[in-house]
Amino acid sequence: MTSQTTHTDPVILEMRSITKEFPGVKALSEVSLRVKAGEVHAICGENGAGKSTLMKVLSGVYPFGSYDGDIVYQGQTQQFRDIRASEQAGIVIIHQELALIPELSIMENIFLGNEPTKRGVIDWAEARIRSTELLARVGLRENPDTPIKEIGVGKQQLVEIAKALNKSVKILILDEPTAALNESDSQHLLDLILGLKGRGITSIIISHKLNEIEQIADSITIIRDGKSIETLNVKADGVDEDRIIKGMVGRTLESRFPDHTPKIGEVFFEVKDWTVAHPQIQDRLVCKGSNFFVRRGEIVGFAGLMGAGRTELARSVFGRSYGHFVSGQVYIHGKETALKNVPQAIDAGLGYVTEDRKSLGLNLLDDIKTTTVSANLQKISKRSVVDTDKEFAVAEQYRKSLRTKAPSVQEGVAKLSGGNQQKVVLAKWMFTDPELLILDEPTRGIDVGAKYEIYGIIQQLANQGKGVIVISSELPELLGLSDRIYTIFEGAITGVLDKAEASQESLMKLMTSARKAA
Amino acid sequence: MNALKKLFGGDTRQFGMIFALVALILLFQWLTGGITLTPGNVINLFNGNSYILILAIGMVLVIIAGHIDLSVGSVAAFVGMVVAIAMRDWNLPWFLAILLGLGLGALIGAWHGWWTAYVGIPAFIVTLAGMLIFRGAQQFVGQSNSIPVPREFQFIGAGYLPEIGPNTGFNNLTLLLGLAAAAFVVIGEVRRRRSAKALGAEVPETWVMVLKLVLICGAILYATYLFATGRPGTSFPIPGLILAVLVLVYGFISSKTVVGRHVYAVGGNRHAAELSGVKSKKINFLVMMNMSIIAGLAGMIFVARSTSAGPSDGTGWELDAIAAVFIGGAAVTGGVGTVIGSIVGGLVMAVLNNGLQLLSVGADWQSMIKGLVLLVAVAIDVYNKSQGRASIIGLMMKNFNRSSNGPGTPLQPDEVTSTKATISREA
Repeated sequence: MTSQTTHTDPVILEMRSITKEFPGVKALSEVSLRVKAGEVHAICGENGAGKSTLMKVLSGVYPFGSYDGDIVYQGQTQQFRDIRASEQAGIVIIHQELALIPELSIMENIFLGNEPTKRGVIDWAEARIRSTELLARVGLRENPDTPIKEIGVGKQQLVEIAKALNKSVKILILDEPTAALNESDSQHLLDLILGLKGRGITSIIISHKLNEIEQIADSITIIRDGKSIETLNVKADGVDEDRIIKGMVGRTLESRFPDHTPKIGEVFFEVKDWTVAHPQIQDRLVCKGSNFFVRRGEIVGFAGLMGAGRTELARSVFGRSYGHFVSGQVYIHGKETALKNVPQAIDAGLGYVTEDRKSLGLNLLDDIKTTTVSANLQKISKRSVVDTDKEFAVAEQYRKSLRTKAPSVQEGVAKLSGGNQQKVVLAKWMFTDPELLILDEPTRGIDVGAKYEIYGIIQQLANQGKGVIVISSELPELLGLSDRIYTIFEGAITGVLDKAEASQESLMKLMTSARKAA
Repeated sequence: MNALKKLFGGDTRQFGMIFALVALILLFQWLTGGITLTPGNVINLFNGNSYILILAIGMVLVIIAGHIDLSVGSVAAFVGMVVAIAMRDWNLPWFLAILLGLGLGALIGAWHGWWTAYVGIPAFIVTLAGMLIFRGAQQFVGQSNSIPVPREFQFIGAGYLPEIGPNTGFNNLTLLLGLAAAAFVVIGEVRRRRSAKALGAEVPETWVMVLKLVLICGAILYATYLFATGRPGTSFPIPGLILAVLVLVYGFISSKTVVGRHVYAVGGNRHAAELSGVKSKKINFLVMMNMSIIAGLAGMIFVARSTSAGPSDGTGWELDAIAAVFIGGAAVTGGVGTVIGSIVGGLVMAVLNNGLQLLSVGADWQSMIKGLVLLVAVAIDVYNKSQGRASIIGLMMKNFNRSSNGPGTPLQPDEVTSTKATISREA
């Protein structure tokens, strides 16, 4: 090995013993991170381990002085006062929740806050030329004038990257970039990150999807409980998913799914000829004559790509809470039942846990106990007056049985980690004592340990003779959990596979093609 | 100082609003040479502001649900005028006239509620239109004249608890009321504490509770003394009584009933509420309707007090009511606020009004001072929330009201992260 000249230190960024305290809590404790120039560096850790906090320290969201430790970037100690300062230095962070303005066009979003000007007036001609160029670099074929709200979430992610490239980025930080993307969009994004690496851009990626990390990362730093545990070199150390999980949870998970022997009973819930139109565009069908059934004690998976109409199907069945009802019948215990609104659906024994916990599932102003009882206030009320003692007792009982990690049921749900929030939402629906529980992406944004527990809860519900529908983008999750899996493509159910015959390949095939007319 | 912290459950800054109210009263007591806390002035203060405090009760529910109502002044004036005309021209007895007023309020509220909830027009627009419509309607039906109301009707705005029983030198009913209120507070607190303990929830130490009760009961009894020793013929005013009943009723509704829960749920996150089976349209309709009923009541009380309905009644009331609610810790985005908090907010404004008048400060300065107080009060609250502390009023009212919602729960991402870290550490 030839020694390199002192100027081209391969380490572009070093964070040295970063400690960040919030009132009463040490979120980061002596965390160190070394990122080499031009690599893809993954940061792994359970929710709440401190990954996002670390990235906020790096990008100046938490300004210099609010933490202890040094950030050495390109050989110099940095003191970022705000995001702008770090961006000027070439460190750009793309947050999990995209920071795009839906009403503005792609071009306007790319140049937002960074508009090319000529004598103080925005130079749109220049902006157009540059945005076309940037869009080409990220492989997005869209008219720059298209409003953001009209393109899918995968493409929006690309716009974010284009925006970052416009700022002549040297280190790109991506926080859960593929959380909301389907497989093909995810793949495209990962390829793009590798492409950027080829052009010398360093990426730091936070992701719960370990298979993706294994695929693209050069090094992995694992953070647990606010401390950096280890840094792995993917190629040299021969790192695989199990190795990463071991580092994240501090122990080996024997299995990613709890053991479960299904006890499947008779069909009790059946949907026939279910057709629903888009809420705004009446002649666009989002569900096309779907038929499916659920048996007692059965966990039924729904597989489909993002936008295939899985959520639309579930929500329209759940009291027509989505879209325009066109036709179809629901049979519960063989009797046709009208579910015209959500209260009716709840009364009929349905529960629906949304994929979008923060904006559809929780009132973030509420605490655990209020949330737990919120879908079944009647049960703890007498003549419309809520019995707050019962409320407390019920919430406490679920907190214990689901092992929700919170100091008390008076804790606000906004303060909980994703996994614990999901447990509170599950408690809320379990308290309605549903016969059929529909879980839409039940483990999205939830770390490995909590996932395992949630799987356990789902299986427990099935053991109690309830039917459970699980909608998920993660095929391994569906394969591990479901007794039977329906596949959906473009609003239509294209097939159903038993656990024995289902595999990633067989599902993928059905998820991506219309079924031949039988 | 430590004791104070324990008493008020956290940072000393958090009891700011009650502290501000007390400080304001003491300041004016000093500046006016002791006039502020005389029976006559306290009675006056209540009489002159009860209609705003009553409006604040309806307004806080509207604001918790995530709306606003700009029409309350016009609606109050319109209802007051119609009721006055009904009594003068149709010889309607006063009790039927009150029912008519409440019914008219309900009708107007249904109009606002229908547009807001079922047509989906923002309440700001609906009630801005309502403000214009009912101001005009009031002047139309009243021909821009003043219309007197009969003596029996004036009782609801200018009456007092009657003198009954032995001559004790005090107004006996007022005394009874004060003692009952103090007993109610003590029993309520003790019972709450007992059940919280039984459930294994955290309770503050005994001396904290005792001190808190001593302070609250002291304040109640002192107020009782003031009201009971007023000029002969005066005592606890009827509008104050109506206000007290409304505070109890709406405090209970907002914290303890299913409907109340649903109002907070709709304001906090409408979509999540709907997916939990809450009929959000119905809730929105109800809060808007309720507001106009209360506005009608406030209008009648005002007319009764001023002995006639006039064309400029109710001007600017909506702003006073909204100010009271926001000083009282409610959030513009909805989901946060308490009835008691709004009353405290309203009292801050009332004491300020009253004190400035006693000092013969001109209307120009009064307006500027009130504006600044509103801004500073809300700014302090916002600052506290951004620091991850609970809202002043929300925290103060935690035990009185909807304990769960009390603090304007901070949603700062940093806060979330830090707590997550705590949680994972505890794991």
